[in-house]
Amino acid sequence: MIALAASIAALVALAAVPLFLTDYGLGLMIGMAGYVTLASAWALFSGQTRYISLATVAFYGIGAYTVAVLNETIAYPLVLACAGLVGAGLALVVGLSTLRLSGIYFVIFTFGLAELVRQLITWYEVNVTGTLGRYIFLDITAREIYWQLLALGTFTIGLTAWILRHRLGLALKVIGDDETVAAHAGIDLARTKLIAFTLSATIITLCGAISSPRWTYVEPIIVFNPNVSFLAVIMALLGGANRLWGPAAGAVPLFLLFEWLSVNFPDTYPIILGLMFIAVVFLLPDGVLGGLARLRQRGKAAA
Amino acid sequence: MTGYSRRAVVRALAAGTALAVTIAGAPVLAAEDTMTIGYAIAKTGPNATGAGITTLPNYQLWVSQVNEAGGLTMPDGSRRKIEVIEYDDRSSNEDLVRAIERLATQDKVDLILPPWGTGPNLAIAPLMHRFGYPQLAVTSVTDKAPEFARRWERSFWMLGGGHDYAEGLASVLKVARDAGTINGKVAMVSVADGFGIDLVNGARPAFQEAGLEIAYDKSYPLGTSDFAAILNEAKASGADSFVAFSYPPGSFGMTKTAQSIGYNPKVFYIGVGGAFPIFPKIAGDKQQVVMSIGGVNAGSEAIQAYFKQHAGSAGAPPDSWASAITYASLQMLEQAVGRVGLDHGKLAAELSNGTFETILGETKLEDNQLRDLWWVGQWQGGAFKGVYPSDKTGASEVVIPKPEW
Amino acid sequence: MVGRPCGNAAVRAFASGPRPLGVPMPNTQAKRDPIMTIIILGLVLGGTYALLALGLTIQYGIARIMNLAYGEMTLVAAFVLVFVFRLTGLPPLVSILLVAPAAYGVGWLLYTVMMRPLVARAGTQGKLEVDSILATFGLLFVIQGLLLLVFGSDFTSVSFLEQGVEILGVSVAVNRLVALAICAAAGGGLAIVLARTRWGLVMRAAALTPASAPLVGIDVNRVARQAFALGTALAAVGGTSVAMYQTFSATDGVVFTMKALVIVIMGGVGNVAGALVAGFGLGLIETFVATVIDPGLTLAATFALFLAVLLWRPEGLFGRRA
Repeated sequence: MIALAASIAALVALAAVPLFLTDYGLGLMIGMAGYVTLASAWALFSGQTRYISLATVAFYGIGAYTVAVLNETIAYPLVLACAGLVGAGLALVVGLSTLRLSGIYFVIFTFGLAELVRQLITWYEVNVTGTLGRYIFLDITAREIYWQLLALGTFTIGLTAWILRHRLGLALKVIGDDETVAAHAGIDLARTKLIAFTLSATIITLCGAISSPRWTYVEPIIVFNPNVSFLAVIMALLGGANRLWGPAAGAVPLFLLFEWLSVNFPDTYPIILGLMFIAVVFLLPDGVLGGLARLRQRGKAAA
Repeated sequence: MTGYSRRAVVRALAAGTALAVTIAGAPVLAAEDTMTIGYAIAKTGPNATGAGITTLPNYQLWVSQVNEAGGLTMPDGSRRKIEVIEYDDRSSNEDLVRAIERLATQDKVDLILPPWGTGPNLAIAPLMHRFGYPQLAVTSVTDKAPEFARRWERSFWMLGGGHDYAEGLASVLKVARDAGTINGKVAMVSVADGFGIDLVNGARPAFQEAGLEIAYDKSYPLGTSDFAAILNEAKASGADSFVAFSYPPGSFGMTKTAQSIGYNPKVFYIGVGGAFPIFPKIAGDKQQVVMSIGGVNAGSEAIQAYFKQHAGSAGAPPDSWASAITYASLQMLEQAVGRVGLDHGKLAAELSNGTFETILGETKLEDNQLRDLWWVGQWQGGAFKGVYPSDKTGASEVVIPKPEW
Repeated sequence: MVGRPCGNAAVRAFASGPRPLGVPMPNTQAKRDPIMTIIILGLVLGGTYALLALGLTIQYGIARIMNLAYGEMTLVAAFVLVFVFRLTGLPPLVSILLVAPAAYGVGWLLYTVMMRPLVARAGTQGKLEVDSILATFGLLFVIQGLLLLVFGSDFTSVSFLEQGVEILGVSVAVNRLVALAICAAAGGGLAIVLARTRWGLVMRAAALTPASAPLVGIDVNRVARQAFALGTALAAVGGTSVAMYQTFSATDGVVFTMKALVIVIMGGVGNVAGALVAGFGLGLIETFVATVIDPGLTLAATFALFLAVLLWRPEGLFGRRA
């Protein structure tokens, strides 16, 4: 009960934050909310099942592209609904591949898929619509984007918490541990994996759709930036992908670190970032939360 | 050199959580005799190459020149040195938008210089508009420039649109066809991104109107590195003019491939990259009469002096398309500040209506756009010279056909 | 008569009409031998692809390190080649002989310092995969940052053996043929050594069953280190040959990594012959699509084919079933 009240209070505080921030502060909050959502949504499927998906940007980009295509024809909530549907549809198809592929093959498959989607959209735009590059002129303020992302992020983490406590979460965990065992235990592998993957991908698609009005101009090369996929994976893994708050615990510090480095070391930032990355892998093998847990245990043992 | 001392302050501010940053981020009052100019530009990622060739060296050159001269002259005759705040946008528009928000609301810089590229300039245009900063978008080729100039009235579009370049090229080819120098058939390829498609969409009607026949017309994906198949097809198409609306390194790859397979069209035209100083090296010093976008008035003393200064400051000469215009945009800014000071509204009005003396000659915008541009250029000797519009001051004669590689 | 002579009347007639999308261009039939053109250009392109993938397949297949900084390693070699060429005029082919052993040393060192501790602490292959992806992702940034710092962001290229030669009526750049020859020598040699020698047997054993290899007296750690170093050397050879024919810049590494990865997975991880076949196959298909269908679909075709292969045979065309 207290936990719930505290969560609601925290949420209200987070929702009120933009009223006291400069535009840049708000920009930071949007960035963090976006990445927390992305990483958490990614972990909803991949963190439990250990199927590492690099298709994040395929869905994220499709969300943004749907907005770019539809923003001048139908109302904004409908645009979002369409984006969600398109994302879910594609997710069902991609999800089917998890029935056949695993390990590194799934990783590479999803990466190839993101590239394929980008190439096909480019080809379609060039040869069928005859344009490339679309504009998003939506009257949506940065605050509204932030609130939408905050809501989506809250929903994602709440959904993950719910799933983890129910049959679906248990089934996903068993699949992550050993798929053969899961099958023998009577878990419907296809259904479980498909549901989780589709949920995760739909949230990612919505995240892209909500973020897109910030860019004004959309081109495949801009919205299908593979870095988004890598970042989602790395943030989640850094924090601990199979813990509820792990992705958030990875996304926030990493995002701030990126920002801090690019502000202060614009010339040498990739080098410092790379070195920090390597250091984190060596010093925090189980992710940030895992590292904290270990510290706590050590503290207890000492006491 | 550029003053970066403010970095220390910025650094101190940056080190906390978002909230802490923002609370601590009260405007830092600059010393009386300095002013701040901020920009966010790609220093890493795929845009870093273009930004590092065309945009960044000009910013650095200009700032160091202004500061060496004692600073920017204000209307009252006083001089204020420029301090630079520079961010890396990592070639991501998301990061770029945030960096502009930071420059405008956190650092509260006096002026913001634009990023490199069409997409990035469009991404920041609504923000620049909202914060009231003038935006001198140079490296941004778009047919919608007139519309954008109306939508964001403090934005200035200085590199024309795709159809301008396509129509210029069509005129050049038409003259050659009418003179019987070429057979009037064109093989045309375009890179599948906003820029390539803008140009090819302008080129199709323009070529048709000029009575040119398009014998081969294909686009290829961004990231293509092998052009043997495409050039073989173009070679087999019967066209003796080859036109590529391309990006580097594709422009370079096509040049090398054309040389190695002995493809010798009478007109060899490539897109971005053709005007880069590295091009003669790429072409193995066989760059003669290769055509491309842009060009400079190579006979102008101002341009020659600028090339020398740029080479001294950046270690390489500038590119012969957008570099000189970037530098000229900074000169315009400098002169406008000298006339009306740093008030953004007055500054924008002055940029819009004033006449400026730049390395391009007398420069004046029309409806917030620079229209007096070179649409077609050609390598002649060691320089990439403007050849069209042929009645523009300093235009060189077009040379067709191209000798064999 | 103005202009070059056209192929024949059919070309003229067809070329002026509108052409439906996705339909083979009529004029390809009118050419002397389009099939030969596709085969030769495709093989030349495929050779450069296969060469890029050799090192990665060794590193990933035998050393078990998923190296995301692979493309950056090829780029370092490419930059070194250009730098040496400009400074001393040393012919690129000689540089390759110097760069390869140096890269072997660098790879050996990298494995010992950076990868070995990860291998030692990782209990499972899955954990090692995650750790190596994260660590080499960091390495990617370090190398790219250093390259930008040292060489700047500008395009770089050398002119070396750019003239064309006619092979069966198709003109090909000599430098591409050189790359093809290097690929054939390195790939073929490697395949034979792995198949025929004792050292190759040890390598294959360690790759196949890392857990039981120690039982027959194989020092898995040593094998992995050698494999990683060898992979780095091959990456460097690939990079130096890229530098001979292609313009590149400091941010191109990811492109190389991904191309190589696609080929490695298609050929079967750790399978040198598979990588060769997959590389050549990809080159042929890209050339075919660019010539006959639409250059705009070359990359889409690559990925579509790749995804299809993955779904059909997840372990790669020539991979072993796990």
